[in-house]
Amino acid sequence: MTAVTAGTAGTTGVPGVSDTAAAAEQAAYEAVFDAAVAADERIEPRDWMPEAYRASLVRQIAQHAHSEIIGMQPEANWITRAPSLRRKAILMAKVQDEAGHGLYLYSAAETLGTSRDELLDKLHTGRQKYSSIFNYPTLTWADVGAIGWLVDGAAITNQVPLCRCSYGPYARAMVRVCKEESFHQRQGYEALLALSHGTEAQHAMAQDAVDRWWWPSLMMFGPPDDESTHTAQAMAWKIKRHTNDELRQRFVDIAVPQAEALGLTLPDPDIRWNEERGHYDFGAIDWTEFWDVLKGNGPCNDQRLSKRRQAHEDGAWVREAAAAYAEKHTGKHGEAQA
Amino acid sequence: MTGTTDTRTTAAALALGDDALVLSHRLGEWAGSAPVLEEEVALANIALDLLGQARVLLSLAGDEDELAYLREERSFRNSQLVEQPNGDFAHTIARQLYFSTYQRLLYGQLASGDGPFAGLAAKAVKEVAYHQDHAEHWTLRLGDGTPESHRRMQRAVDALWRYTGELFQPVDGLDLDLSALDTAWLDSVTDTLGRATLTVPSGPRTGAWSAGAGRQGLHTESFGRMLAEMQHLHRSHPGATW
Repeated sequence: MTAVTAGTAGTTGVPGVSDTAAAAEQAAYEAVFDAAVAADERIEPRDWMPEAYRASLVRQIAQHAHSEIIGMQPEANWITRAPSLRRKAILMAKVQDEAGHGLYLYSAAETLGTSRDELLDKLHTGRQKYSSIFNYPTLTWADVGAIGWLVDGAAITNQVPLCRCSYGPYARAMVRVCKEESFHQRQGYEALLALSHGTEAQHAMAQDAVDRWWWPSLMMFGPPDDESTHTAQAMAWKIKRHTNDELRQRFVDIAVPQAEALGLTLPDPDIRWNEERGHYDFGAIDWTEFWDVLKGNGPCNDQRLSKRRQAHEDGAWVREAAAAYAEKHTGKHGEAQA
Repeated sequence: MTGTTDTRTTAAALALGDDALVLSHRLGEWAGSAPVLEEEVALANIALDLLGQARVLLSLAGDEDELAYLREERSFRNSQLVEQPNGDFAHTIARQLYFSTYQRLLYGQLASGDGPFAGLAAKAVKEVAYHQDHAEHWTLRLGDGTPESHRRMQRAVDALWRYTGELFQPVDGLDLDLSALDTAWLDSVTDTLGRATLTVPSGPRTGAWSAGAGRQGLHTESFGRMLAEMQHLHRSHPGATW
């Protein structure tokens, strides 16, 4: 974009510059920013941006990055028990990709002037959140398939529009993430298909997993539109392109025929095609459960965060060693050059 | 030399395949617990490479899933080194250093021959060169990092030393110059430990009681528990496909 480079904005207090002049300057920056957003141009790291836009993006990207790394846990739970070597390889590759997605996203957040260490600290102290879905336990192997199909499916529905998000680094990270996620989603669906067409016990395992993961997956789209505090502003800034309820509906419309193809039922007696709307109607979500999980009272909130903190604490001596080694050896290198 | 060409190939494929399978499993246990995100990626990457090797090798010997999931502890032919629990990050790195150095030399030799493993070895030698590089760099960082990391790394290389001799005992079906392999291994590891300011362990590299050890199906106690976890689901659904 052709916006003004940040760095000179907000000169209030500089001798000789009156408050009115500063305010006018500020308004000029805002006008350039608003015009860029309106024209669907990308905002880049060095461009001026409103502080609230920056803060909102840091919050969203960090939460997204945290979700990737906390999201490794429920699936990693099954790596050592995967029932075939092929499935084990697929699952390992998926968990590895999630770590990679976390890395892209922390990098994207860092372009906004924060650091990975700072964000991780906020995660570890509960000041930043991650997706509520990862507070549910993976109780059987079929949960791995259900997560791939439903959880990744919901994530993709959320993330594809983010590939057109107004902030360039986030949009570009999303392009890469979505490609890999789509691959995982197909693999999850295929794993579930093998179960639903397998033995009676396998079919029952698949149905049970879908019964447990369906509603939490619908909750991944966030609160209903009339209770979503961030939506209006995020849409005005073109960070978000659709409301929570629009995306949730899109996901249901895709998932219902997929469930039929799997030969599995969805745990909602109210699902039926609405000819008039051209969409599937579906039952009411238990928002009490949603808010409860979000507040930290889900089945695995403590476990997930404790494990993450533990990994970080246990790894402290390793990170310190790497830093000390780097310092010693760049030091020696520097002397040799001098 | 014993047995026909086929049974000899099977025996060697099991020894090498079980090594890769078991170490891959151990590395898979790290998922979600690594000290930094980059190591989540690296350890999973190495685990995946090893699992890929295991699948090729076990398929040479039979059905990969039957071999992985339906054999009991006494029928596994992996070396005891690879089944050692992860311990702290230093233990994992010491195990990687010892094993990837061995694997790189081994696959180097196999790739230059024309035996049944030449094709696999030619591909795998590129992967294990990366694994060795990764292990060496971490050995340097931990050995020559802080006093704490130095202490832990020394403890790890000492603790695992006694499992390294087994890697160079004859494997039926592998016609290699094992003494040359052992010498090259010792040179390489000695060089890395020296650069990492660590002391090369002085103890024996194998115990009299455990002669032959893992290659003869004689394992350490933690291995049975590892297999119980790995095989449980598969064994609970006989005949199922996944």
